[in-house]
Amino acid sequence: MTYQTEIKADNGVDTEALMGARGAFSQMPEAAAFTFRSDCTWIEGTYSSNNLNGYFGLGQEHMRKQTYKIESDHPEVFHAADRAPTPPEIVLAALASCLIGGVASVAQHRGIQLNSVRAIVEGDVDVRGILGMDPDLRNGFSAIRVKFEVDANASDEDIAAIVAQSQKRSAVFDILTNPTNVQVTCA
Amino acid sequence: MQRTTTVIIGAGQSGLAMSKELSGRNVDHLLLERGKLANSWRTDRWDSLRLLTPNWMNGLPGAPYEGTDHDDFMDCAELIWRFEKAAAAINAPIMAETSVICVTPHWSGYLVQTDQGAILCKSVVLATGATARANRPTFADAIPDGIRQLTPLDYKNPTDLGRGKVLVVGASSSGAQIAREIQLSGRDVLLSVGEHVRVPRKYRDADILMWMELTGRWSETYTVVDDLDRHRRLPSMQLAGGMEDAAIDLNALQDLGIELVGRMAGVNGRMGFFSGSLANMCALADLKLNRLLKGFDDWVELTGLTDCIEPAYRLVPTCLPAAPRLSIDLVAEGIGTIVWATGYRPDFHYLDMPVFDAKCRIRHDGGVIGCGLYVLGLPFLRRRKSTFIDGAEDDARDLASHLVAALDQSSAA
Repeated sequence: MTYQTEIKADNGVDTEALMGARGAFSQMPEAAAFTFRSDCTWIEGTYSSNNLNGYFGLGQEHMRKQTYKIESDHPEVFHAADRAPTPPEIVLAALASCLIGGVASVAQHRGIQLNSVRAIVEGDVDVRGILGMDPDLRNGFSAIRVKFEVDANASDEDIAAIVAQSQKRSAVFDILTNPTNVQVTCA
Repeated sequence: MQRTTTVIIGAGQSGLAMSKELSGRNVDHLLLERGKLANSWRTDRWDSLRLLTPNWMNGLPGAPYEGTDHDDFMDCAELIWRFEKAAAAINAPIMAETSVICVTPHWSGYLVQTDQGAILCKSVVLATGATARANRPTFADAIPDGIRQLTPLDYKNPTDLGRGKVLVVGASSSGAQIAREIQLSGRDVLLSVGEHVRVPRKYRDADILMWMELTGRWSETYTVVDDLDRHRRLPSMQLAGGMEDAAIDLNALQDLGIELVGRMAGVNGRMGFFSGSLANMCALADLKLNRLLKGFDDWVELTGLTDCIEPAYRLVPTCLPAAPRLSIDLVAEGIGTIVWATGYRPDFHYLDMPVFDAKCRIRHDGGVIGCGLYVLGLPFLRRRKSTFIDGAEDDARDLASHLVAALDQSSAA
């Protein structure tokens, strides 16, 4: 494969550092084991708030520059007060952000300058599932569609290849497309 | 106790190629084979298999292809007959029916313990190939009882399978060919598709491997490619030999009635789970295919042959079901057999030495493990063609030179 490297692309991603991390982790694979967390508190009704800060990685605990907040609620049609997005919407947002981050990184690695990137995500759900009305319906999305609008100094094929590669390397895409063992306990 | 300079383990194309090179350099050696010459070609292949490489690429060390069907694809019986001819032509010192139990360092060389006695030598060449064992995912152990599990190493033909639907897991060369054959036998096949390398058998008047050869890709060496590790892990090209022009790509397989599902991700009780990534797996394969074909087109343009060759074209993109199934009750579905076509790995269990990495893969630099130990026939060992019949000779020549230089050095010391 040849990519245009004569023009220096700058998408704000330090791919050299990422490639360096690959080298370091191949020497010390245990350092690559990360654990992320969210600390969620019920406020009222279906309204709750997550605090995200500490995570484990590179063999130790880390703190962020600040504690991030993600709130969630349900819309009025579900007789809630509509103070924040629903949890499934946050999942769609996470997928979009994960893929966009991947697009920027892959484009950088391939020397392609991005001018603008937008991803519009839709998820279909039949709410009779969560209401327990039909055991044949799943609670979660029956289908998710992502539509990318990318403006970059590259051919349509190169852009399609970047978008495909970003799915291949995306954490949230993997989380959504493959089963994960989830263990829930009470303290 | 027997003594020789070099022990070659495995009498397949790699072992024979190394034997020929060593004989040419007057290095005393023995070629150990657990069964008969070309044993895995006799025992570990399915009945209908034809080589993936056209005959012009199927010459053996000391026995270049001399038949007339250059563009045909030979079956295993013909290959074995050619192996016998080649072994006789180079007078290969084969010890058949000799299984290696253990190889250990011994003074400045190695002690090779076999079921026919021990051999002392200076250097050892591992030529047991890349496909000695078939991979199975760890969840294979959780498949419900009563469902028969096979791999391409023990699958022979559809009549062995009994009734019931067949789930073929893996859509590279072996999986795609086996899925097609079973579906054509009247059994319903589900094909689980992960990452795969889509290529047509023919493109613009020539075999795809002819294009690989012409454009220099086939002989590309391990020192020049970007991210060698990735190249060594690539799935095999979705190719079959000797089916006229019948394609085994996912469009052709679906036309036969095969149902596609995503990469198999796990089992829980009777339920099998399949990844929702099928669309992207196919998009990646189509994009890579088009880049490969464009490389061929660029070569045609560059060499000025545009007017002599069929014009460039592209294949129909992979068509997919709107909503591939994500979970299947394997028992209710009536799955009688699962064929794990999930790749192969070499088997060096007999090596009692710290030469493996954390993932139990043998550490080597273009086949040189170190201290007189060599390996042949692994994916992209020294060249893209390293695992093919056609690739053995060049790799063996390089490594034989290294081996002889190392011997000279140790005798001078």
